[in-house]
Amino acid sequence: MNTDANSISIQLDGKVHPVPVGVTVAAALSLRGDGTTRRSVQGERRAAFCGMGICQECRVMINGQRRLACQTLCAQGMIVHTLSSKVIP
Amino acid sequence: MKTVRPHYCDVLIIGSGPAGMAAALAAAPAGASIVMVDDNPAPGGQIWRGGPGVQLPSEAKMRREALLRHANITQLNSTKLVAVPHSKEVLLEDAIQGWCLRYDKAIICTGARELLLPFPGWTLPGVTGAGGLQALIKGGLSVRGERIVVAGSGPLLLVVAATAKAAGAEVLRVAEQAPLSAVAAFAASLVHWPSKAVQALGLIHTGYRTSSHVLAASGQGHLESVRLQQGAHMIDMACDRLACGFGLIPNTQIGQALGCAVDEHNAIAVDAWQACSLPDHFAAGECTGFGGSERALVQGRIAGLAAVAKRADALALWPSRQRWDAFSASLQHHFTLEPPIKSLATPDTIVCRCEDVRYGQIASCNSWIDAKLTTRCGMGACQGRVCGAAAQHLFGWSLPVPRTPLTPTRISTFVQKAVKIDSSE
Repeated sequence: MNTDANSISIQLDGKVHPVPVGVTVAAALSLRGDGTTRRSVQGERRAAFCGMGICQECRVMINGQRRLACQTLCAQGMIVHTLSSKVIP
Repeated sequence: MKTVRPHYCDVLIIGSGPAGMAAALAAAPAGASIVMVDDNPAPGGQIWRGGPGVQLPSEAKMRREALLRHANITQLNSTKLVAVPHSKEVLLEDAIQGWCLRYDKAIICTGARELLLPFPGWTLPGVTGAGGLQALIKGGLSVRGERIVVAGSGPLLLVVAATAKAAGAEVLRVAEQAPLSAVAAFAASLVHWPSKAVQALGLIHTGYRTSSHVLAASGQGHLESVRLQQGAHMIDMACDRLACGFGLIPNTQIGQALGCAVDEHNAIAVDAWQACSLPDHFAAGECTGFGGSERALVQGRIAGLAAVAKRADALALWPSRQRWDAFSASLQHHFTLEPPIKSLATPDTIVCRCEDVRYGQIASCNSWIDAKLTTRCGMGACQGRVCGAAAQHLFGWSLPVPRTPLTPTRISTFVQKAVKIDSSE
């Protein structure tokens, strides 16, 4: 999937996608999906909101750790799981 | 690339935006060991945030390069300050591990965040902060071909509109809540700061409307339409994104956790040397009150010089700071939030996005603590960063000194701290 020098491939919810070099995980989620990062406690879809690491709406699992999509740059082979399919505590 | 995790430094700089960069560069020639900590992947703060397609201004590039030339400056990016285990010691966490760092002097440059106020539909995907959308676009979010409404208050709205337009979006409307008289008076005052006047001229937008604010956002699972109060009229606009922010508020949490007092404007209190109420602690930039990058830069330089006891050099910068303090005062005065902004939420509007607590649940509470205890408002992942500030604005509640951890933290980081404390006893 690594098509050229300007793109890398990352895994988003189990599917491999090419994304441009240098983009944040938040941008990748929007470029390659609908931008959803998680479900709220009452089940609403949520996406990146404050864009600067304050609101925690964009928290996702990145390589097994809970991190903020807006403050994390995509890296080759990164595995990202959104929390969009389940209600998280 | 080898990751360095120092355990001691002479000067700790918290936040690598303009103020932090200026502080580091001012303090470095004295030879002090300096550590800069920032939770973003690169220095620059919000205004000089890099990313694909971002053409950083030369003043930002110049400072980034200068930081690298000083062997006594260590930059810790993507690193969070999560707790303050002891006086002059902080617990840090990066993507790999947590560790403790002791310091002699600290300069708090934690910047500002947007005041994000609840209105019906503000939790829909597609609705972001105003500066929030700008940050996301800088990070590679594509808005090409999208219809965008920008709303809220302050000159940042025009900057956001310009960024979105340059990225290929159609900006339908820029809704400023302040009345025309206030905006015109602010614009006229720019004669005192010609560089700002030039900047403003470049940002003029035909969709700009004063006395206008958002009433509601709606859509099925994603934003589809925004309802605006525009003067005496109510209008609906179909759009793909709404970027809404009601001005900037200082990030005081880390400063307060360290033990520094805040002033009557809920900013970190500083004296003429940028010194905080706590000895050996300084603060600079928007965490001391918002006022733009020029003010942050000069404050940062003063703080950096004062921290390494170069008081004469710091003193020489006071007139320049005074000039930008006046700009800051003009900004804050003219973009005061109008009363209707306090009544955007309806009883079923979510106020606490982390815990899904609604306005009607907290409206009858008599304090922030009461709201937390009875509804879990402010007790989720963001620890009230968003809804606490909103409640402070809406209800006039005062917020207590934040408790640590200041941000969600891995258990392994606390284990690290516990091990360290054990071994020192």
